[in-house]
Amino acid sequence: MLPDSGSSFAASFAQALLDPARSTPASVIGPNGKAAGRRYDVYRNNVTVSLIDALAAVYPAVQRITGTEYFRAMARFHVRSNPPTSPLLFEYGRGFPEFIEAYEHAQDMPWLADVARIERAWLDCYHARDAAPLSPVPLASIAPDRLAEVVFTPHPAMRIVRSPFAAVTIFAANRDGAPSARIDASIAEDALITRPDVEVVVRHLPPGGAVFALSLASGQPLGEAASAALEAAADFDIATNIAGLIAAGAFTSHALGDAR
Amino acid sequence: MSAKHAVTSLVLAGAVSTALATLAAAGPLTKAEADAAVAAKKEKCFGVALKGQNDCAAGPGTTCQGTSTVDYQGNAWKFVQGGTCTSIDLPGGKKGSLKPV
Repeated sequence: MLPDSGSSFAASFAQALLDPARSTPASVIGPNGKAAGRRYDVYRNNVTVSLIDALAAVYPAVQRITGTEYFRAMARFHVRSNPPTSPLLFEYGRGFPEFIEAYEHAQDMPWLADVARIERAWLDCYHARDAAPLSPVPLASIAPDRLAEVVFTPHPAMRIVRSPFAAVTIFAANRDGAPSARIDASIAEDALITRPDVEVVVRHLPPGGAVFALSLASGQPLGEAASAALEAAADFDIATNIAGLIAAGAFTSHALGDAR
Repeated sequence: MSAKHAVTSLVLAGAVSTALATLAAAGPLTKAEADAAVAAKKEKCFGVALKGQNDCAAGPGTTCQGTSTVDYQGNAWKFVQGGTCTSIDLPGGKKGSLKPV
């Protein structure tokens, strides 16, 4: 078969896969020239189900929160309007958190989209490039009056998700299958997601911690990042946050700003 | 940046030396951080294991006779009882459960 006719066959074959209202493409026929509607339906079913299964595998906490039936119904709406753009199935569903945010039946769970964002960040963190985390030892040799100029390189697996809701607590309570105690969703929480080695770890950042980490990750020097964090939260503790970020493996290296 | 929040080099030096002492003493995680941390279990080959189905994989609402044209439109709310969302409160009116539409 010529490449041209091959790709146009694929395009016509794919068109109706995610829309059960459309009829089987006329080009889909059995070996004896008969219509192959039932065979096509098997494809149609499997595409839909495997994409829903992919979403369930990427967003297990969301599924636990909503229940399986609700999740699969919501996921099907997403699948129907969002065909995959990558052949890598674990890349599928990147827009699912935004879909949840807008999904009319999920409006009473405004924290659900942020839980999904943490789950997406978890998987992206898992697949990010390996890198050795920063060793704190060389920091000790920097002259005290130059510390404000120190800049850090973020670890490729480091992610931060900020939420006006208790998304980290809700994520944690629903990710490991433990029984869920009552949770007050109204407390804002920020998540730091890192993978210093092979394990993804999700941490709950203290007040100002997200601003501090995001400032440093964007290349701001230590002095300015600390000021920005204090601006965001008056009780921001510089020492705890420096120690916490280094311990979490949030950075790979540091340098004096003017030396770059 | 306001002068109020300017961080002096003395404060920064103190913070960094405290941080380094903390890291040296406590190893990779402080107790509080360890408590707050959620070590999501390592799932071997996650991602690689996500794969398409080559055999018939009928899921709820779909069969090998083709996906249903009847969707859960309008009554998706009723499936919510299966999950943990009712244990999540949102003071100020809304709660983690859905009302019929």
